[in-house]
Amino acid sequence: MQEQATKAALRVRTLRKTYKDVVAVDGIDLQVHAGECFGLLGPNGAGKTTTIEICEGLTEPDSGEVELLGLHWNADSEALRQRLGIQLQETQLSDKLTVLETLQLFRSFFRQGPGAEEAIQKVQLEEKREARVGNLSGGQKQRLALACALVGDPDLLFLDEPTTGLDPQARRQLWDLIDEFKLAGRTILLTTHYMEEAEVLCDRVAIMDHGKVISQGTPRELIASIGVEHVVEFSAGNTTLDLAGISRMPGVRDVRSENGSVSMQVTELHRAVPALLAELGRQGVPLTELRTHSATLEDVFVHLTGRHLRDE
Amino acid sequence: MSKISEHSLFQLTLMRMREFIREPEALFWALIFPIALAAGLGIAFRNQPPQVLTIAAVTPRLADALRQEKLLAVMQLPPVVAEQSLRTGKVVLLAEPAPDGSVVYRYDDTNPEGRQARMLADQAIQRASGRQDPVTGSDKIMREPGSRYIDFLIPGLIGMGIMGNAVWGLGFAIVDARRKKLLKRIIATPMPKHYYLLSFLFWRLLLLVVEVGVPLAFGALVFGVPLRGSALALVAISILGALAFSALGLLVASRVKTIEAISGLANATMVPMWIVSGVFFSSQRFPDSVQPLIKALPLTAVIDALRANMLQGAGFAQMAPQAAVLGAWMVVCFGLALKLFRWR
Repeated sequence: MQEQATKAALRVRTLRKTYKDVVAVDGIDLQVHAGECFGLLGPNGAGKTTTIEICEGLTEPDSGEVELLGLHWNADSEALRQRLGIQLQETQLSDKLTVLETLQLFRSFFRQGPGAEEAIQKVQLEEKREARVGNLSGGQKQRLALACALVGDPDLLFLDEPTTGLDPQARRQLWDLIDEFKLAGRTILLTTHYMEEAEVLCDRVAIMDHGKVISQGTPRELIASIGVEHVVEFSAGNTTLDLAGISRMPGVRDVRSENGSVSMQVTELHRAVPALLAELGRQGVPLTELRTHSATLEDVFVHLTGRHLRDE
Repeated sequence: MSKISEHSLFQLTLMRMREFIREPEALFWALIFPIALAAGLGIAFRNQPPQVLTIAAVTPRLADALRQEKLLAVMQLPPVVAEQSLRTGKVVLLAEPAPDGSVVYRYDDTNPEGRQARMLADQAIQRASGRQDPVTGSDKIMREPGSRYIDFLIPGLIGMGIMGNAVWGLGFAIVDARRKKLLKRIIATPMPKHYYLLSFLFWRLLLLVVEVGVPLAFGALVFGVPLRGSALALVAISILGALAFSALGLLVASRVKTIEAISGLANATMVPMWIVSGVFFSSQRFPDSVQPLIKALPLTAVIDALRANMLQGAGFAQMAPQAAVLGAWMVVCFGLALKLFRWR
């Protein structure tokens, strides 16, 4: 374990990929350590999928270098395929096959790994083993896709948007499963545009935007890097506010106004809230809504780009 | 991994089979429909037994004389009833003696059956009265299987089946898998890529046994369609046809991403051949100038070879030109498909 922790399972250097005149990936560097769960977090179109698919050997980069488990796609693709577990975004497995049949098929592609039955147990689909894939729910389909990625007993697991489109309950169930694989010491690279998912699952996160990595570190480091601990959001009906007055308050880092709702990043909640109330009282503005939360990766993204993760 | 059931090719072929048999529509179009079509057309165009004409005679002597002719059914009736029967069309001719000893034939000369009955009846009367024909003619009836419409149709339907199942089977399955990104998912595994295509081939050859065997057995058992040629040659040309059409299906599906597009493209490829390649009627009906073109089509080649084998007993040597056409289609389509094929 000691040695593994220092070894890079995946190393990406100055990766670039252009589609026609769109730069999808613009010179990124990444390093994923063995045994960690690394997240690529960013809005749709940030270049996450292109990056992960280059790592998976499905897309050819224009330039740059990818090294996985000490191997390279051009020289060792056969060996690599045996050691990677891959879940693609939006793959639909054959509706006509049963869960068991699908896993037997995928298991047959790999030299070694758990049997189909064992994979079914791992993703808790025992009750559905004879069910046709077409009759599964969205969450069950995603769990089956995860099982397909696990039948080769992979050293490195790629998960592209594993919970997109799932309801909160199904999402949590999948998180629990991914968490178990993390505990088993697997290396995972996942992409997501849910900041909550990255915070829950990932040891380290790279935030991507417009094909670039704009920040990288543990979720805690990233949140600390913006120098705020809390976010205060409030609305003041339709009355006009003097935002400059609010920005001047002590401990306030950043104030943004959006659709009548104001969001401010603050260092100390116990000073900022009374100060805000006093300031609003001075301006004679009625307070219709007040919320506070601890800073999240979402706030990091907003701080870095001025946009929300799910702004489309 | 030593067990066959754990081999990728076995599992992939199994997937093909499961996807097919769990799609009731596919089963219907591939197997039931050709048989229903053959049965329907076989019955509609069946050959009638030689027609016997019903006539009436009013005296026993005339009736006996006329009964010598096998193609006439003679009723001896009283004059009034006989006349009534003639008027209502129950008989096509009425023979009655004239006072001078001659015979009068009453019939409608605009009715071909009436005229034919007149000829046959007169001949029978003359012979019964002692006429000697200067030249004797004898009949040799040719009514054997092989020249009927159903004999022509069964090889046509088999050829159409081989083409349709291969082009639809490969086209749909590949485009559907590409559309669902299943192709991309599968090549993200260590599976050797050619296994995927080989699984289609294995499944095609398995299904070929049924799609050729069933209409063949149906034709032979129900309609007595002959199988005069070498069975081995028949099997060989069917396999070659299946390979050529699989290559065509692969080519058609090599880049298409939607079901709508593959439907259009597959139909555009196949419908012209259904018409010109002689499935339902002889391709000889098209002008001589386009015959070389028609002969170069794969469906024409398969059907011509099957007909030659089944109906004229052609062996390997006689089917060589058609085999060459199919081989060329197979090589060209497969080569192009490999160049054009996209996994995503």
